[in-house]
Amino acid sequence: MTILEVKKLTKSYGKFTAVDSVDFTIEQGEIFGFLGPNGAGKTSTINMLTGLSRPTSGAITLSGVDCVKNIKQAQRRIGIVPDESNLYEEMNGFENLSFCASLYGMAKAKRERRAGELLEEFGLDGTGKKPFKAYSKGMKRKLTIAAGMIHDPEILFLDEPTTGIDVENARQIRKLISTLNANGTTIFLTTHYIEEAERLCHRIGFIVGGKIVKIGTIAELMSEAQRENIVQFALENEVSSLKETLSNEFPGFTIDVLDNAGVKIHSPETVNLMPFMKFFDQHRITVHEAKIIRPSLEEVFVKVTGIGMDKLKKEKEGGKR
Amino acid sequence: MNSSIAFWNIFHKDLRNYYFKPPNISWGIIFPIAWALMFFLRSRNTLDIRDLLPGVIAMAVLFGTTSLLSVTLNFERKSRSFERLLLAPIDSNLLMLAKTIGAIAFGIINAFVPIIFAAFLADLSGINWLNVLGSIVLIAVTSTFLGLFISVTAHEVFEAQTYSNFFRFPMLFLCGLFIPVSQLPVVLRPFSYLLPLTYGTDILKTAIHGNGLIPIWISFLVLTGFSLALFWLSTRNIKKKWIY
Ligand SMILES: Nc1ncnc2c1ncn2[C@@H]1O[C@H](COP(=O)(O)OP(=O)(O)O)[C@@H](O)[C@H]1O
Ligand SMILES: [Mg+2]
Repeated sequence: MTILEVKKLTKSYGKFTAVDSVDFTIEQGEIFGFLGPNGAGKTSTINMLTGLSRPTSGAITLSGVDCVKNIKQAQRRIGIVPDESNLYEEMNGFENLSFCASLYGMAKAKRERRAGELLEEFGLDGTGKKPFKAYSKGMKRKLTIAAGMIHDPEILFLDEPTTGIDVENARQIRKLISTLNANGTTIFLTTHYIEEAERLCHRIGFIVGGKIVKIGTIAELMSEAQRENIVQFALENEVSSLKETLSNEFPGFTIDVLDNAGVKIHSPETVNLMPFMKFFDQHRITVHEAKIIRPSLEEVFVKVTGIGMDKLKKEKEGGKR
Repeated sequence: MNSSIAFWNIFHKDLRNYYFKPPNISWGIIFPIAWALMFFLRSRNTLDIRDLLPGVIAMAVLFGTTSLLSVTLNFERKSRSFERLLLAPIDSNLLMLAKTIGAIAFGIINAFVPIIFAAFLADLSGINWLNVLGSIVLIAVTSTFLGLFISVTAHEVFEAQTYSNFFRFPMLFLCGLFIPVSQLPVVLRPFSYLLPLTYGTDILKTAIHGNGLIPIWISFLVLTGFSLALFWLSTRNIKKKWIY
């Protein structure tokens, strides 16, 4: 069942179009992710979906409610975890959660019980009495997620939930997100980490320059790259002198001679290794290794968007504090 | 949904986070005490104290309401916690009322500082306290909403505070508190009548020593009009600018 439907959603800031006629749907119970580099329009999209900014044009429907017209009605059902924690610095974890619950009309006894439960569930019960400003970055993000979940929303929006968080906390946060989803919350998240999108999401939209360039389940996206078979040989010596001979010997294959004594074979068909092994043997070249390269989401992304991986940060770099 | 829970919790949070904090207590309460003492002790006799009372009350309300409002709005906006309120399913008018009721309450409490002092120093009999209270409330509401309008227009706390001084100080001189409007230069007089404080002060003067210039019902009407207009403009600005 579709929970969120977005049609031709556009946001312009003056002459600049940050989100350009974006279409997508989110199904109940799934984790849907926007994967794209900085400035792609991920936050701008979330802000429109949650009511923090007004679309320039387009339609958003959440469980039948027109979010452009009746955003206050829709806001009851959505939880938001912004890219930067925005709770109250002076208040402790418990007070922050209880206050956020009150904004959704929860009575005192109920919201205090719920705040206690969430602190425990998120592993923050030991720090519930500390002011928010004394929290570490990872704890702040966790409490912000708890605050987004306080009123049991049907759908939770997470804007780059692990950006700027250390590796261990990022791992815990991903686990929390999976658990929330397993317990029935539909999740929309944005990220610029390929690994995160691949590990967490059921479906992914690649967003670049305000446009969705590709959308699909992980399997669908992978099949895009799997049409090609790649085999890589690691050799004893560098073989650039043999490039022409190889190409002549094996027409129908695309052959890359690598700088580090390797050869990479691309083919639309499954590659039979024996003829290649024989060829190298004839030329007295020792083969150390032959491996089939599985296409990664990374390759799909690069292929589809034409954007180099340097634009999308690797988790290890981004994970630094 | 029970919106009153959200309303009272926003009010309560602002009281705890801002209004009941030492810097505000000192600025908000000690400041009017100092002013009241300064004016009252300098006056030659108890009649003077009664003369000065409307002015000191009006000042106490004006400063009490506007000293913190920009902090509760612009600071929260800067730190992005205000987004939580905008993202909550609360009607924007109710939200702005919740954010301003603390300032209104604080202004009203402040007004009683000079009144209590004066009660010890002078004879306060024959004062129409109902009108005094009515005008205190209306001055508190209009000056809060004026502060709200300024805060919503400004980007930063310091900007809001600078703008609000542009209003506060000229307003004190033009509203007839220290110099009666009739003694102001002719070119300035129309400006007096554009300022809500002029009407509030006039009610106080009528109630305390019966020498106001404007019929009291006109003043009440004008102040109510100012309040509604400023509140309406402010919520409109929030919807236009803060939800961008
Ligand atoms: N309020 C704004 N005014 C003008 N430009 C903006 C505003 N917010 C975002 N942008 C621009 O829109 C583009 C998309 O931004 P954003 O949605 O934050 O991207 P992402 O979250 O994917 O990094 C960026 O080029 C950014 O500079
Ligand atoms: Mg962003």
